Amino acid sequence: MTVTDSRTDSPAGLGQPPAVRLAAEGVRLAYGDNVVVDDLDLQLLDGSFTAIIGPNGCGKSTLLKALGRLLRPTSGTVLLDGRAITSTPTREVAKVLGLLPQTPLAPEGLTVADLVARGRHPHQSWLRQWSSDDEAVVTEALSWTDMADHADSPVDALSGGQRQRAWISMALAQGTDLLLLDEPTTYLDLAHQVDVLELVSRLHAEKGRTVVVVLHDLNLAARYAERLVAMKDGVLVASGTPQEVLTEQLLADVFELEARVVPDPVTGTPMVVPIRRLR
Amino acid sequence: MSATAPVRATTPRSRPRRPLRLGRVSTTYRVRDVLVPIAVLLVLVLAAAVSLGRGDYPIGVPDVLGTLVGLGDETQRLVVLELRAPRIAVAVLVGVALGLSGALIQTFARNPLASPDILGVTGGAAIGAVSVIVLGGTGTTAAGVLGGIGVPAAALLGGMVVAFLVFGLAWRQGVDGYRLVLIGIALSAMAHAIVNYLLTRSAIWDAAAANVWITGSLNGRGWDQALPLAVALLVLLPAALALSRVLGVLQYGDETARALGVRVPLAQGVVVVVAVCLAAFAVSAAGPIQFVALVVPQIAVRLTAGSRPPLITSALLGALLLVSSDLVARTVLPESFPVGVITAIVGAPYLLWLLVRGRRRSTL
Repeated sequence: MTVTDSRTDSPAGLGQPPAVRLAAEGVRLAYGDNVVVDDLDLQLLDGSFTAIIGPNGCGKSTLLKALGRLLRPTSGTVLLDGRAITSTPTREVAKVLGLLPQTPLAPEGLTVADLVARGRHPHQSWLRQWSSDDEAVVTEALSWTDMADHADSPVDALSGGQRQRAWISMALAQGTDLLLLDEPTTYLDLAHQVDVLELVSRLHAEKGRTVVVVLHDLNLAARYAERLVAMKDGVLVASGTPQEVLTEQLLADVFELEARVVPDPVTGTPMVVPIRRLR
Repeated sequence: MSATAPVRATTPRSRPRRPLRLGRVSTTYRVRDVLVPIAVLLVLVLAAAVSLGRGDYPIGVPDVLGTLVGLGDETQRLVVLELRAPRIAVAVLVGVALGLSGALIQTFARNPLASPDILGVTGGAAIGAVSVIVLGGTGTTAAGVLGGIGVPAAALLGGMVVAFLVFGLAWRQGVDGYRLVLIGIALSAMAHAIVNYLLTRSAIWDAAAANVWITGSLNGRGWDQALPLAVALLVLLPAALALSRVLGVLQYGDETARALGVRVPLAQGVVVVVAVCLAAFAVSAAGPIQFVALVVPQIAVRLTAGSRPPLITSALLGALLLVSSDLVARTVLPESFPVGVITAIVGAPYLLWLLVRGRRRSTL
């Protein structure tokens, strides 16, 4: 069992199209009798950075849960590296795919170092609870996320932005190729939203992680993600580059929003200027 | 990075974990997690020695300790080893079982108010025991069967049945802590109603005996109670310690635990089975001594300043609380005073003091 972080070099070979790492095939997702997502297909390529957007209640968080095997589809399958995720041992999945829930629970009094160290759990055993590899990976994750100075602070004493950094640091220590984040910017002010997305973006660019993130802020989604997936009422409406997806027509159809889409003066990515809600 | 928050230089710090490696075996520890249980163990030995020396024939602590390691004269050996040791052994074992059970359930339910009482162990055990006490002497067929089972076995059976009923009703592809606590409270209330009904149908002397059992008492307990409990602990204690690693992940919530590769429903199931068995065996030996499983893990987590109730410290602290409460019950108060009353009187103010003084929030 190797526990070293090998994600730094690009996994895609030259001239070869990147492989499909995670895919949903005809997935139907339901809570009891309430069907939230029906017959959805989605493919996520190796090394991609995808943001799932859509109005409240469109099923984007539900889809993310299914992609992260927290929710078992009532029909259809989620494939991780071509293998049904629900029939793969959850511990094996945890070595390849990391997931941050929307509001993760940190036990009271827990230190940042303990939290980040917990990311090594899938790589550990009862006898090997803290190898020198574990220690090296955690130290590197802490310093990479600028959390080394807070290593011995309790998580509940941190500000919202720092807390999110600590959780991302844990996901980094887990050392997974794929990382799914459910609204990582919720409850943060704009500066900290940008800060968290910069960090996620660096995970993608510098560490080669395949990232899927559910986001509410369309302008930030367009700025940081390479691909957008738009959902409405449990249906995948559009997917492609931000320029392809984020059109005035789509905003009207999916968000019932009349808006202008102009180039972001800083990055040139599409920027939404809302006008009024359509009825 | 330009947008980082200003570094707060004064964030509180706690002691870091230290690595411990031996070949391929590795773990971490905090100094406090080692020192606190050692200190509690020393106080426990002292309390047990004082308790073994007190009674109609007083013996000093040095003589008690000497007798325990094989010294001491014949009278001292008789008094310490044969007359008093069995009862103290029951107190230690019951305390260990209740402390561990409480630590497991509180960590799993992520709720400091969760305890075996709330899971229905106490209520179910009371139904079993009171049935035998009240109906056992009535001369009917049911009485014959119940009398044959005996109070401890009936309590064990009743406690497990009701606890697993609570767990079964709370189960929905895994167990939510709140749902478990609410269903446990409802079923416990029903169980106590049944017990009260049984008491109204009973003869006055049976009712008195049943009441003593319900309060929890070490009076008249000896090797007959200690032995089954010791055998149960031989299995359950290693099982609980083996769960320590998975408990450390379960406390992050179901979603994070799954994301970290834990099979959450399976893990929850195993934790509850171990916790319920621990509590049921303890209750079967000494009656439902309330409060130990509730208060001990909370005291232990504050003493060790960790993020969840520590298993070994909770076990030792449970034993200490029971042994010292029994000492008070036997020496300060009239002989027949049930120890369950004392555990509450000793434990509650200490928990209150810790709650008032600690920075830790105490939410439901």
